[in-house]
Amino acid sequence: MRKVIMGNHALSYGAMLSRAQVIAAYPITPQTQVVELLSEMCADGILNAKFIKVESEHSAMAACLGASLAGARTFTATSAQGLALMHEMLHWAAGGRMPVVMGNINRALAPGWSIWTDQNDSLSERDTGWIQFYCSSNQEVLDTVIQAYKVSEKLMIPSMIILDAFALSHTYEVVEIPEQEKVDAYLPPFNPPFRLTPEDPHAFGGLTSPDHYMELRYKLQKDMEKVPDLVEETGREYEKMFGRYLGQVEEYLCADAELVFVTSGTAGYTARVAVDELREKGLKVGNLRIKLFRPFPFKKVREILTRVPKVAVLDRNLSYGHHGIFYQEVKSALYGQPNQPVIFGFVAGLGGRDITRESFKEIADYALKHDRAEEEIVWIGVKK
Amino acid sequence: MSKERKMAVTIPREELMSPGHLACQGCGAALAMRLALKALGQKTIVCIPACCWAVIDGPFPYSSLDIPIYHCAFETAASSASGVRAGLDMVGDRETAVLAWAGDGGTFDIGLQALSGAAERNDDIIYTCYDNEAYMNTGIQRSSATPLGAWTTTTPVKHYKKERKKDIIGIMAAHAIPYIATASVAYPEDMVKKFKKAREIKGTKFIHVFAPCPAGWKSRPEDTIKLARLAVQTGYFPLYEIENGEKWTLNLKLKERKPIAEYLKLQGRFRHLKEEEINWIQQEVDANYERVLKKCGL
Amino acid sequence: MPKKKEVRKIVFNSAEEMPLAPMSIGSMLHNKTGAWRNIKPVIDLSKCIKCGICWKFCPDASIDIVDEWPQINYDYCKGCGICAEECPQKCISMVEEEK
Repeated sequence: MRKVIMGNHALSYGAMLSRAQVIAAYPITPQTQVVELLSEMCADGILNAKFIKVESEHSAMAACLGASLAGARTFTATSAQGLALMHEMLHWAAGGRMPVVMGNINRALAPGWSIWTDQNDSLSERDTGWIQFYCSSNQEVLDTVIQAYKVSEKLMIPSMIILDAFALSHTYEVVEIPEQEKVDAYLPPFNPPFRLTPEDPHAFGGLTSPDHYMELRYKLQKDMEKVPDLVEETGREYEKMFGRYLGQVEEYLCADAELVFVTSGTAGYTARVAVDELREKGLKVGNLRIKLFRPFPFKKVREILTRVPKVAVLDRNLSYGHHGIFYQEVKSALYGQPNQPVIFGFVAGLGGRDITRESFKEIADYALKHDRAEEEIVWIGVKK
Repeated sequence: MSKERKMAVTIPREELMSPGHLACQGCGAALAMRLALKALGQKTIVCIPACCWAVIDGPFPYSSLDIPIYHCAFETAASSASGVRAGLDMVGDRETAVLAWAGDGGTFDIGLQALSGAAERNDDIIYTCYDNEAYMNTGIQRSSATPLGAWTTTTPVKHYKKERKKDIIGIMAAHAIPYIATASVAYPEDMVKKFKKAREIKGTKFIHVFAPCPAGWKSRPEDTIKLARLAVQTGYFPLYEIENGEKWTLNLKLKERKPIAEYLKLQGRFRHLKEEEINWIQQEVDANYERVLKKCGL
Repeated sequence: MPKKKEVRKIVFNSAEEMPLAPMSIGSMLHNKTGAWRNIKPVIDLSKCIKCGICWKFCPDASIDIVDEWPQINYDYCKGCGICAEECPQKCISMVEEEK
């Protein structure tokens, strides 16, 4: 069935089709429609789930974790301040190996109050042990929720599905809603290797001494390292069943490019249009949209970017006092590689300022003119 | 020696808390758990946030309880329990009771918001606060449950606690949840009865358990029960129940209340108090007790 | 019936042997807290009236009912003295541990 839906509703449909059993959420702009639709689905009986209408995001994640540990499939969604409030519980989810799937609408953090998109909220949670997927279309949002459950539950690591505020959350697109039976065939019911049950009582999360803590975290990292291949495998399987491949990255005309943009989220979509326009002018550019950000898809990124002479990383985020975060990560991935390209870092679109095709033209212009970046950060569209 | 006679066993024999746990000598909180689990039985899941019990249970990979435990974040006893309840319901287990087991810091202070949320939603959990009247696990810092006049490491003798203990029962009663009770480790039969009753009631149950702490109160470990009993007999911690926020019932009527000084003098945390200050505390106790009597229609 | 937990010290030789999450697999019964004790309770059963009070109030679950008599479990008793203090017959005395 094809439907014209907003990005937020794509999250709701994804959770519904995945048969989420416990949903605990707290409203925040621009996430509200995600939970409004899920509330309706629960009320109408379309979705057989318990919806816990908690009093904060912190409690939302806490409740999801309790439910997950009790053996239920869980879902929540939030944004910016809400995600920041959840921070403690995000560590809890990953360290406790509870495969919650959550939607996060990228929104800039206050102050001043902003409801518009930027990635600092989710990137501030980079090191919490969550899998992070940055999406660029509503279809991708819906499909990735389903895939994320499959990946998360196999490895017992939580996943975050990330989409830009308004640019995607409130944008209506045509979305193919998969059939429930087919989704059921793709995604079996949640059957965790351990759970809270009086029949086999265990204490979860007790005091863990230096004798043990490190090995548990080593295991988490080892399982994280399995994610890229599993995304590949489950993405191919999804393609077979639903006709849409879900990968770690999206490569667009990179093979012969002299300059490749590295983008994420909706900027990656804009970049593709810009690439077409620049190519018409005879400029050999391409775009690499990073979808899977955690764990970082080292192999894919290296494979693609060591074939090109120049790389321009666009960040809609900033690690204050350092660089844009994707820029840091791409540089780190390419460090010491044979055929390392020249890498430029651009920061644009903070707090919801538009990233347009013109932005990419500006980026291309700078990157093609320079042999190396003259500034640590090249700012796009800032009134200096 | 009366060989033929059976031992008087007034509470269930079943032990779901094993020895070997890490509680200090004479710990009221350890006894509280032992008694609560006797009442609730093995089909119980407990959510324990940061508090003494996070340590008492024992480190990974051990536990001293024969029921499942979720060691959850400090402020999430109630929200975690709500989640566990919802999860169990969805996997088809409606029999197992979900117990949130938090200290006074996790209840009166950092976990109050989540507790209020769960109570407002009337989630089907038994929330227990075992109250030892300070942050004991971190080394005796004052909480909003620390009583007037008490020494703690953050209310040193020269600046002893000048604020009253927060009226947690009043707050919970305002939520009009189906069941609230106070209980004391000095009255095991009453306590067991209340936990059993709570297990049978749907919705949010709140049980406030008075749990002396020898290490934090600077009392002798052997005085734990004596202190808990005196707290009741002085009217400092009356035993009562509240149903649906309205029906208040006093469980133990006192013909004569003992003076609070008798209770205070057994504890080093009150040693600095002068007569005048003790009189002050007495007045506070009197007023609180009268208020409870009035609510109970007595 | 729930599975019985192991009563022994658990040693992991590798990460592989460890569970995925920090979850208990053994009982604290391996931890003989009797070693914490300086003084120990001794029951004079000739005066005992089997009121069950010592058993009821033990925070360490270290008084067992054996053949309907109270019996201190010295493997775990921490020597807090609550039983002696609460015994209405005063038939439990706290005696110095010989070390």
